[in-house]
Amino acid sequence: MAKVLVVTSGKGGVGKTTSTAALGAALAQAGEKVVVVDFDVGLRNLDLVMGAERRVVFDFINVIQGEAKLQQALIRDKRLDTLCLLPASQTRDKDALTEAGVARILAELREKFDWVICDSPAGIERGAALAMRHADVAVVVTNPEVSSVRDSDRIIGLLDSKTERAERGERMEKHLLLTRYDPIRAERGEMLKIDDVLEILSIPLLGIVPESEEVLRASNVGSPVTLNSPVSAPARAYMDAARRLKGEALDIVVPKDRKSLLGKLFGRRAA
Amino acid sequence: MPEPLAASSRSRPSPVRFRGRSFMALVLAPRAPLETWLAQIDSTLERSPGFFTGRAIILDISALQIDRNELAGLIRDLHARDVRILGIEGADSAHLSMGLPPPLTGGRPGGFIDVHDVPRAPPPPPPAAAQSNLLIDGSVRSGQSILHLEGDVTVLGSVASGSEIVCSGSIHVYGALRGRAIAGSTGNAQARIFCRKHEAELLAIDGLYRTADDLGPEHRGSPIQVSLEGDTLIVKPLD
Repeated sequence: MAKVLVVTSGKGGVGKTTSTAALGAALAQAGEKVVVVDFDVGLRNLDLVMGAERRVVFDFINVIQGEAKLQQALIRDKRLDTLCLLPASQTRDKDALTEAGVARILAELREKFDWVICDSPAGIERGAALAMRHADVAVVVTNPEVSSVRDSDRIIGLLDSKTERAERGERMEKHLLLTRYDPIRAERGEMLKIDDVLEILSIPLLGIVPESEEVLRASNVGSPVTLNSPVSAPARAYMDAARRLKGEALDIVVPKDRKSLLGKLFGRRAA
Repeated sequence: MPEPLAASSRSRPSPVRFRGRSFMALVLAPRAPLETWLAQIDSTLERSPGFFTGRAIILDISALQIDRNELAGLIRDLHARDVRILGIEGADSAHLSMGLPPPLTGGRPGGFIDVHDVPRAPPPPPPAAAQSNLLIDGSVRSGQSILHLEGDVTVLGSVASGSEIVCSGSIHVYGALRGRAIAGSTGNAQARIFCRKHEAELLAIDGLYRTADDLGPEHRGSPIQVSLEGDTLIVKPLD
């Protein structure tokens, strides 16, 4: 049975698109048939992070409006043949998304893929609302920082009230993905503690992804971080998170600062 | 020469109290074209002259696409027919400047009322609310607003920052209270607020409120009970 997963957060810039690409690629590498869908109409980024921006002909809105068939809009990934992308439109805006259109396309995608991962835009308006509407599972991406935590709490409230599952009285499986975790700042007390975030949000932890330059490097070359640098700390965290999504019970690893003693003594980066 | 107020005077003027009250109101929902709809109002007035006299009417314009000037014109037309508008539903609040009725949200439906059914007396008072307590098994998430005017509210989980509980009775939070707790909102000075972990943004009983800043760092993070003594909100540790 196909699963529709929404990657959402409320707050912008916390790592939704990065996580969608990384989790999608990790699941596809494990043999699952995955499609990643960009719901950020007008400000699309998923195509860039997936390295498909020069192959976009038709998009989500074209399919909703009947100007193209779903098969024409889907872009197969060059590196993993079980991974596809449905890009958003860059020229239109969120008003072009219709409830009926989204429902129809997600139903079609459920038949072709094992996982339909919806990359939600930031905010709580139409784009975000439609991205979560038909989800079976939600991954709430949060930075260990006060504004992000409060916005995630708002989103969790919406997941429990404004989705089809909630309206049918069913529980939606929700997971917390803590991203941009900086062990040095955590040690210094400059970031919220993991336990505090968990206490406020009270949803199970899917994984902790450390802050890393690898993420920026990967998006600049147009590759999900799990494909571009699979041994890096964020990639390994995402791969473990993908395994937990499939039901494996792995222990959570809290990223530690791995600098050597000399690195700690002369801790400043070269200018 | 009048005495200047002593700089060290610590007396403050009595705080303004806000109360919650619910009223039954008649809602008029005009439909385009307005000329036709106004003609229907006129024919209603022919059959029952003075039908609107003394009644406060709410105007629901969500079915209309009109701009600021057309709205002002509609209200003038209604005033000319002795229809007094209490508030406006479904309007862009940018269109409602001072001088126009205020915007209203959150109305609960009360069914349709036919003209010949309603006697010329004012509308019947709302039925006395039955006392019932609300139990929330879980947490109140940020942005959620729990309104319960018929009794106490008990929350088994936490109340998040940016959420609020407004109730006519007492508020009991078995988790952390990080949002707003507004108790005794319909005029009950005996209402209290209890929580296991005080991180509240605002506490209020019977219209008197204190913000987190006012409350200070004392008791923060601990179990507290809040009650009203005269005009002062008292915060005491629980156990």
